[in-house]
Amino acid sequence: MSLLLEASQITKRFPGTLALDRAHIELRAGEIHAVLGENGAGKSTLMKIISGVYTADEGQILLEGRPVAPANPHEALELGIAIVHQELSVVPALSVAENIFGGRLPTNALGMVRYNRLYENARSVLQDLQLDIDPRAPMETLSVANQQVVEIAKALSFQCKILILDEPTSALTAREADILFGLLRRLASEGTGIFYISHKLSEIFTLADRVTVLRDGRTIGTRAIAKTTPDEVIRMMVGRELGDFYPAKNPDQGAPLLEVRDLRLNGQTEANSFSLYDGEILGIAGLIGSGRSELARAIFGADRKASGEILIDGKRVEINSPADAIRHGLGYLPEDRKAAGLFLDMAVRRNIVAADLKEITRHGFISNSKERSIAEQFVSRLNINTPSIDQEVRRLSGGNQQKALVAKWLAIRPRILIVDEPTRGIDVGAKREIHFLLRELAANHVGIIMISSELPEILGLSDRILVMHEGMIVGEIDAADATEELIMTYASGQQGKVYASNNRS
Amino acid sequence: MQATTVRDATDASAANPVLQFLKRLLRLREFMLIVMIVLIGLVLQLATGRFLTTANLNAITLGFATSAIIVVGMTAALVAGGFDLSVGSVMAMGGVTTAVALRADVPVLLAMGAGVGAGILAGLVNGLLITKVGINPFITTLGMLSIARGISLAITEGSPLANLPSEFFVFGQGQTLNIPNLVLIALIIVLIGDVLMRRSAPFRQIYYVGGNEDAARLSGINVDRVKIGVFTLSAMLAALAGVLAVSRFTVADPGQGVGEELRVIAACIIGGCSLKGGRGTVIGGLLGLIFVGFINNGLVLLRVPVYYQQLAMGIVLLLAVGFDTISQRWQERSRKATRRTS
Repeated sequence: MSLLLEASQITKRFPGTLALDRAHIELRAGEIHAVLGENGAGKSTLMKIISGVYTADEGQILLEGRPVAPANPHEALELGIAIVHQELSVVPALSVAENIFGGRLPTNALGMVRYNRLYENARSVLQDLQLDIDPRAPMETLSVANQQVVEIAKALSFQCKILILDEPTSALTAREADILFGLLRRLASEGTGIFYISHKLSEIFTLADRVTVLRDGRTIGTRAIAKTTPDEVIRMMVGRELGDFYPAKNPDQGAPLLEVRDLRLNGQTEANSFSLYDGEILGIAGLIGSGRSELARAIFGADRKASGEILIDGKRVEINSPADAIRHGLGYLPEDRKAAGLFLDMAVRRNIVAADLKEITRHGFISNSKERSIAEQFVSRLNINTPSIDQEVRRLSGGNQQKALVAKWLAIRPRILIVDEPTRGIDVGAKREIHFLLRELAANHVGIIMISSELPEILGLSDRILVMHEGMIVGEIDAADATEELIMTYASGQQGKVYASNNRS
Repeated sequence: MQATTVRDATDASAANPVLQFLKRLLRLREFMLIVMIVLIGLVLQLATGRFLTTANLNAITLGFATSAIIVVGMTAALVAGGFDLSVGSVMAMGGVTTAVALRADVPVLLAMGAGVGAGILAGLVNGLLITKVGINPFITTLGMLSIARGISLAITEGSPLANLPSEFFVFGQGQTLNIPNLVLIALIIVLIGDVLMRRSAPFRQIYYVGGNEDAARLSGINVDRVKIGVFTLSAMLAALAGVLAVSRFTVADPGQGVGEELRVIAACIIGGCSLKGGRGTVIGGLLGLIFVGFINNGLVLLRVPVYYQQLAMGIVLLLAVGFDTISQRWQERSRKATRRTS
């Protein structure tokens, strides 16, 4: 197979981080080349540089031996490099043909769209891919898999030689993914080179020819799939030192604080059960989209659950809304603090008391002095850096915003606190403060459930770890036995109950 | 870093507390409006000599008293992140309902209750459609605008209902201490509304819902209940305003309140409400209403033909909001500039 593309010594800096550090990757004609790495390893950045979304600070890209430097996605397309992003960019109300040729519609002298020509062109593109999709059908009537396939058709309609797919199966069912894989294999057999980004090891080992692993912006290595194992790939992905960044753990397990029994989410067939013990931090690991947040939201009453019961201190409780949960001493720090956590245009003090309005209400009226004293207390306790409690939360730094959100939940004096990605996007100092705070809370008998996509955080902080895969808890690991490799094995579906059932289908 | 920059900025002006106080005052929408209102009053008094007379002031305040009542509910709806287009029609429906009851010899207070009750019903329907069915507030209240107007027209068959008992007119025509009762009622409702919006716990939830609906829900606030409450309050007050308007004019006109929704929304926006929700005060809305009322009155006193009033109001609305948007952008830009240099 001939070498189609070679990117070498690629370096890319973003403010504050080195996203890529002399990374290297190559692609042969007719090969499916998997790109692997943890969140933030730089794989998406590298693909975006190759497809012209970003430009590299240093390094060189050779396309069929000629140096190229696409300045934007349009130039990349003209060079024959197309990318299909993780989030679909379809126009639901328009037809399949209009989606494929959006911006390149065939027109007549008056500038009117020549629909017959458009549908004909679309039909021939779809036929080339052996796809049975009506070009006149509105996009929204298609399944997600078929929408994804149309996106690929759109990419290929530019006559591309290189196709980049960023986690294309994250929204697909197993059957739909199989259809997609069939298409990709056919494309490869016709000579197209395909970069395939995915977190799912099982997928990569059935689909790809080679795999390149990135970590911390560097290329760790490239292996032929036939000559490697999932274990080796996982070792390449992780293997990082944990600093003394984390507080000491708690070896003793107290009484059960929260018991979740047979909790089934809407649209799910199997149920999850687990317990949280007094004094512990329970980590929940898993890939993005593995259902961790959904589980947390169901426990908190934010989403409806199909069945199951929840016990606090051994007593059954009815939680059908966040208000119920708060009444029972549950707090939930959502993963997206700006969209679902904070009231950005409101003052720090208003944010801190938001879940605790009862506490500051006297005879139906808000006590401003009480609001202020509670806010002042938490600003100093959590060391929130703000000029005053009247400052709008929008004007604080990410770390201080996150601390204000934590304060909101501490204000209800929780028995149990569920934190979802508690340190995402905040600086190292604030991160460490939040870690130590969570440990201090656990020591003071507040049960902590911590969802995190950062394995070092999960390993560094948790006393016990649950791993989720496709909506199910597939593994429970004690802190003493936990390694990144073991977690990744469970998280990617390589081991555990669900993997077994998947094999059958 | 961001936080320190802001702190530095405050420290610099802290050197002069008077200057700092003035700066904060200038940023308050209510204060700017009061200044504008006083200026307009002065100009009109100087230009015409007839502005600051009891008769003229009573006429102006009577003119917007019913609108002021509606402003209270509209402020709540806007703060919650919605708005209520049906208030003008609900106003007519409330008035017509009361008139029908009065003509059936229902006691005055009971008949007024029936009118307000009709409004509560309309508001509940609005609230339930918006929260439980999920139709957006624009479409929902636009539909109710048509429905409530239609009901008023159907009941009256298009002609005003007269021959109402005279003891009913005390609310709209009576005076206490030389001040029209209607103005006093409106003032009391506005003051109560303002205090509730500022200080009461259930009303505080409206700001949270408008500020970030998802976050409010996760903070244990029953978002649906808040929204239903807001739209019910808005329609209830609109109906009450309609009942009082009948008392003032002695007839129930099915065409009462046409265009009222735009007048009131304009006043609230001028008074500092944001269409995005989470922001606004009842007093601000009242000041917006006074501001627009003074301009209209000035046009009358200056003998500008009445046809120009609507034109003027549109211009005032766009000028006020445009000015505010631009000044906010400037503030944001200068803040970013200081951040960059630090």
